Amino acid sequence: MTDAVIDGRTATPAETGAAAPPGAGGHGPPPVPNFNIVPVRALPVVAVVLIGLVAAIASNNLWALTFYHVAGGGLWTSLDLFLGLVLGPIMGSLTIPARVEFTTKFMPKMLLIMPTLVAMTLGAGFQLARHVGNLEASYPHHGWLVASMVIVGIMAVIALGLLEPANLAVLFELKKPVPNGARIQRLMKVFIYTAGVTGLLQILTIVIMTFLASR
Amino acid sequence: MSAAAEVVPPGFGEPDAEDLRQAGFPPVMPIAVATLIMVVTGGVLLAAQYGRAAKLVAPTVLVIAAAVLLLVNAVLVLRIREFARPVFFRVLGWGLLAYAVIAGILEFVFVYDHTPARLLVLFTAMLVLFAADVPLMLAYSVARWQPPDAR
Repeated sequence: MTDAVIDGRTATPAETGAAAPPGAGGHGPPPVPNFNIVPVRALPVVAVVLIGLVAAIASNNLWALTFYHVAGGGLWTSLDLFLGLVLGPIMGSLTIPARVEFTTKFMPKMLLIMPTLVAMTLGAGFQLARHVGNLEASYPHHGWLVASMVIVGIMAVIALGLLEPANLAVLFELKKPVPNGARIQRLMKVFIYTAGVTGLLQILTIVIMTFLASR
Repeated sequence: MSAAAEVVPPGFGEPDAEDLRQAGFPPVMPIAVATLIMVVTGGVLLAAQYGRAAKLVAPTVLVIAAAVLLLVNAVLVLRIREFARPVFFRVLGWGLLAYAVIAGILEFVFVYDHTPARLLVLFTAMLVLFAADVPLMLAYSVARWQPPDAR
């Protein structure tokens, strides 16, 4: 076993701030701030957004459907790209205690934001496509629409099969008396990378959507 | 201080008890992802045929196969001996609630749009499978890393 090294000297536990694995002895776990896995105070905001989505669908209001679809899709894409390409590398360069503190404040919010944005984008998008006739097989660019559905399907599998489980597993790991730092690091990598991949796939979707909107 | 990447805590990365138990777990996640792929593929096949006489054989086969896989997966999870069941069922319950809301919104869209009955049945079956499979994945991916006695 090797000691932690900072600038060529052995680091103190306070400097590493790392979770001591079983058997490591002597080093305490990093301070994990108290946090809620689901940010309950934000639930009313989610409820308002979803009620608005249902109202937009029920009224078939073109502006409301377009707003929900474009705003949701734009935020979803931006967040994914920002996570994968900007925040990911920054997180990788933080100290472990800083990463832990950031994760406990950031990941619970993502647990609510991402599914809400996905519901907004897909729910309003499907209704919008049906409302303006793009969903019909007779639509001249129907093939492009189907291509975007395939891309969204791939994104859904990546997001729901990898990204969200990693998000939740990190939060529960951080709730343990002694979180496993290596496991958190592995899961965070999955989260950040998959967010980046879905962000890149989102760009493909935007290319198709802007192509269709300009026809 | 130099970059944090150089700071390697003692014992960092060594497997703990939860890591060691992973080898004995059934392939729940691959099966759940396969189920999701089938549901999503079926959904895309149906949505791509919207507004014309739909060919329902492939989506129907996918729904049946996904349902079988989901059942097999549920049985596999229930048969794991050393498993944090209270955590699993807690996450599963909240996950089912959350995804029931999402699936409910999508179902509302299909019903509101007067989707033809046969298509609606398939869409509904897919949404039910979706709303059960994703929470199963979430609950398992949390519980697998918890000690069996975790609450």
